[in-house]
Amino acid sequence: MSTIGLVLRASARDLARNRWLIAYAAGFWAVTEALFYFGGSGPQVILSLLNAVLFVVPLVALVFGTAHVHASREFIEMLLSQPLSRRSVFAGLYLGLALPLTAAFLLGAGVPLLLHGAAADAPRLALVLLATGGALLTLTFAALAMVIALATDDRLRGMMLALGAWFVLTLAYDGAVLVLVSAMGDWPLERPLLALMLLNPVDVARVLVLTALDASALLGYTGALFRRVFGSALGPAVAVAALSAWAAIPVLVARRRFLRRDF
Amino acid sequence: MVTEVRARLRRASRLLAGGLAAVVGGAVSGTAGGAQDLVVGAGARFATLGAAVAAATPGATIRVTPGRYAEPTVVVRVPRLTIIGEDWPRFDGEGAHEILVIRADSVTVRGLEFANTGISQMEDRSALRVTESVGCVLADNRFRDALFAIYLERSTGCLVRGNDIRGTGGVETRNGNGVHLWYSPYNRVEDNQVRGQRDGIYFEFSRGAVASGNLSEGNRRYGLHFMFSDSCRYERNTFRDNGAGVAVMYSKVITMEENAFLGADGSTGYGLLLKDITDGSISRNRFEENSTGLFLEGASRLDIRDNDFRRNGWAVRLMADAEDSRFRGNLFAGNAFDVSTNSRTLRSDFEGNWWDAYRGYDLDRDGTGDVPFRPVRLFALVVEKHPEALLLLRSPITSVLDAAERVFPVLTPALADPRPLMRAPR
Amino acid sequence: MIALEGIRKAYGRRSVLDGVSLALEPGRITALVGPNGTGKTTLIKVILGLTRPDAGRLLLDGEPVDDDGAYRARIGYAPQAPRLPENLAVGEVFAMLRALRPGAALDERLIEDFGLRGEWQTRVGTLSGGWRQKLSSACAFLFAPDVLLLDEPTAGLDPVSSGLLKAQLRAAREAGRAVLISSHILSELEEIADDIAFLSDGQFRFSGPISGLLEETGMRRLEPAVAALLRGLRVEQGGAPRSRVRA
Repeated sequence: MSTIGLVLRASARDLARNRWLIAYAAGFWAVTEALFYFGGSGPQVILSLLNAVLFVVPLVALVFGTAHVHASREFIEMLLSQPLSRRSVFAGLYLGLALPLTAAFLLGAGVPLLLHGAAADAPRLALVLLATGGALLTLTFAALAMVIALATDDRLRGMMLALGAWFVLTLAYDGAVLVLVSAMGDWPLERPLLALMLLNPVDVARVLVLTALDASALLGYTGALFRRVFGSALGPAVAVAALSAWAAIPVLVARRRFLRRDF
Repeated sequence: MVTEVRARLRRASRLLAGGLAAVVGGAVSGTAGGAQDLVVGAGARFATLGAAVAAATPGATIRVTPGRYAEPTVVVRVPRLTIIGEDWPRFDGEGAHEILVIRADSVTVRGLEFANTGISQMEDRSALRVTESVGCVLADNRFRDALFAIYLERSTGCLVRGNDIRGTGGVETRNGNGVHLWYSPYNRVEDNQVRGQRDGIYFEFSRGAVASGNLSEGNRRYGLHFMFSDSCRYERNTFRDNGAGVAVMYSKVITMEENAFLGADGSTGYGLLLKDITDGSISRNRFEENSTGLFLEGASRLDIRDNDFRRNGWAVRLMADAEDSRFRGNLFAGNAFDVSTNSRTLRSDFEGNWWDAYRGYDLDRDGTGDVPFRPVRLFALVVEKHPEALLLLRSPITSVLDAAERVFPVLTPALADPRPLMRAPR
Repeated sequence: MIALEGIRKAYGRRSVLDGVSLALEPGRITALVGPNGTGKTTLIKVILGLTRPDAGRLLLDGEPVDDDGAYRARIGYAPQAPRLPENLAVGEVFAMLRALRPGAALDERLIEDFGLRGEWQTRVGTLSGGWRQKLSSACAFLFAPDVLLLDEPTAGLDPVSSGLLKAQLRAAREAGRAVLISSHILSELEEIADDIAFLSDGQFRFSGPISGLLEETGMRRLEPAVAALLRGLRVEQGGAPRSRVRA
């Protein structure tokens, strides 16, 4: 455990000094402040921020994470030539990437939200869920970045893959779902659609925040299943569970890859 | 029918003054002018209300002392009778019958508790029924677990005020309405609280009614319901967590002001549901956290002004046959959809409203945006057609859709607010 | 002290190590030579566990090593064209290494000899190639390991530094450590190496004392001896198979 801590600390210290990461946190802070300054009411700011979170968090985690792991190749080799097990090196590396990213997000978006949100008439639950969703998205996409970086030796190829994954998960997937709904509109799509939402972490995070922010609209839908899911604590609970699973699966894939590959 | 009501109305105009005066001052001192003063209760002269009513002469006052009374349905046929309960004596229908029926003009019932009428599928069993009477006052009574609490039929000029009604909360088919007016024009329903009934307040074939200051909460179907009741007015009421807040159907010239429509969030949750109505006005109301704030179907020539729509799923849903309504000075904030419709051609008119989604500018500094605001999003149309698509709400893909639509506006209706307000009006 | 047995490693269809065995003995310096791209670095990485062999095993004092990497406590490694975390300062690199192996005995002579203290605050990313090489070698020596693996350690070093490194290598031999050096500069290896392992096409063409190689090839110096070995290989590849040169 202590070796994990050591690797984590070394990696995190390295990242904390990284100006892109600092810019990320500062950027989020600036956007949040600007939203409160210009945007007015709390729910509105949360909405704008939700869009920013769904768009930017996966992008930054993927691109930054992939680039960081590629750039850490030397560091990884150095660690692996020390008397450390690959398991602990992996754990340290992953946490060393994911935790500073999460911290940057929470600092950049969370602190101003808490400062202003307390004053604005923002629904508290939505604030908490937005922070939770953003943090879990960061963990998920940091892990996906590791999967990509560990599967590619070429940095450019890794970056293209990262951008591709981002595009698919934030835009193309929902676009395909929309096409599906339009094409299959006469079929009962409730269940398949809910399942499809659970299969994409960006959608899970979005629906999680919606349960607090747009409950009125979600409950307005006539489907009994929707009402059961969104009319109770079940919706947020399922979404948080699915997001946690989403954070865990790529970690396991990346870990398996890390334990087997050559450096 | 109509002529009968008209004749009663003429009589009502004579009696109304007296009835209202009784409420304001006279009822307190029932003994004025040497009128009868009868007392009901254990150890009193009358053991039952029925016995006292049988003995009463017009203008008499009956005082009911605290206690529990279970007796057959009492029918009042003596005009100008005043029945006053001390500390809410409880009249129990024993789950089997109506409790008090008024068949005389200018009767006042105050301070009684009515309970437990039981459920009937055969009749609109009511705790307190007023039949073919004028100028009655029903005030400050309590109703517990009644099928119907207060039922006015073919009665006019009555006042229903300050009653506290709590229904069983049962499903629609085993539940009745809190205050029900049937063929009863020109009555007032004020400051009552109704919970757990089917409809909180229901005006059926009852024109000229006024409802104000009521709280209608947690009723199964509608907080307030109009059917074929023209020229009514309701104001300063609060409708909270009902199946739908208010339904106005097949009625003309309804004035709706300063009400709060809150938390109707079911799949048929409407803050205010309008169906086949014309020439009404809706102003200075609050619509918050309803599935649909304001739903217009076959509604035309409405003046919709200075209302606040906040945090609803759909703030306004205009069906294709709604036309010629004017939206002015309304505020739209935090709604999932501001305006939705199932039609490409909308003949309603929005101008000078405030939209939180508006991102325009005001170079000429006249307080309104220089670029029109189009409140109907393309995604709203998709959801109207494929409701399941709602799950994609707030997805970045919908922003892409909307942006594309803004550049090539071909699908969404031409509906636009040409002069959106730059600052929230309230 | 440390031995490889029947190591095979292929990248895709390209076989890099094809059944390689090698033993490093205490108090001996082994030179690992061979044409470019023949798997010298892969071999060293197999010893470190950085590269997973497809077959074969790694023995330390006669025992197969565990997968948890604890055996690497006895190995010091200086990689080729040293790849070190660029955001760390020189001092931080040493601090981190020491934190990873608390309580280990330290050998800081190379740090002093190379004058690395003068660059203590410099970020690795801004170091020149030669300084990186010095840093890397100093890291390898830091814990006075039983086994030293140095991949092209003199590349980019000035003659003075190169001499200092060699002095440390001799001291290591005196101290009974096993040393493996890969290098192209054969004349340097001749000075200090005891044994030579010549790797080509995934196999050792020669493995044994340098004197044995000179004898075998009839040369007096290492460079022409290795050249002769290479020529022989070409003949071998071009012509009919013949018996291999062996120690």
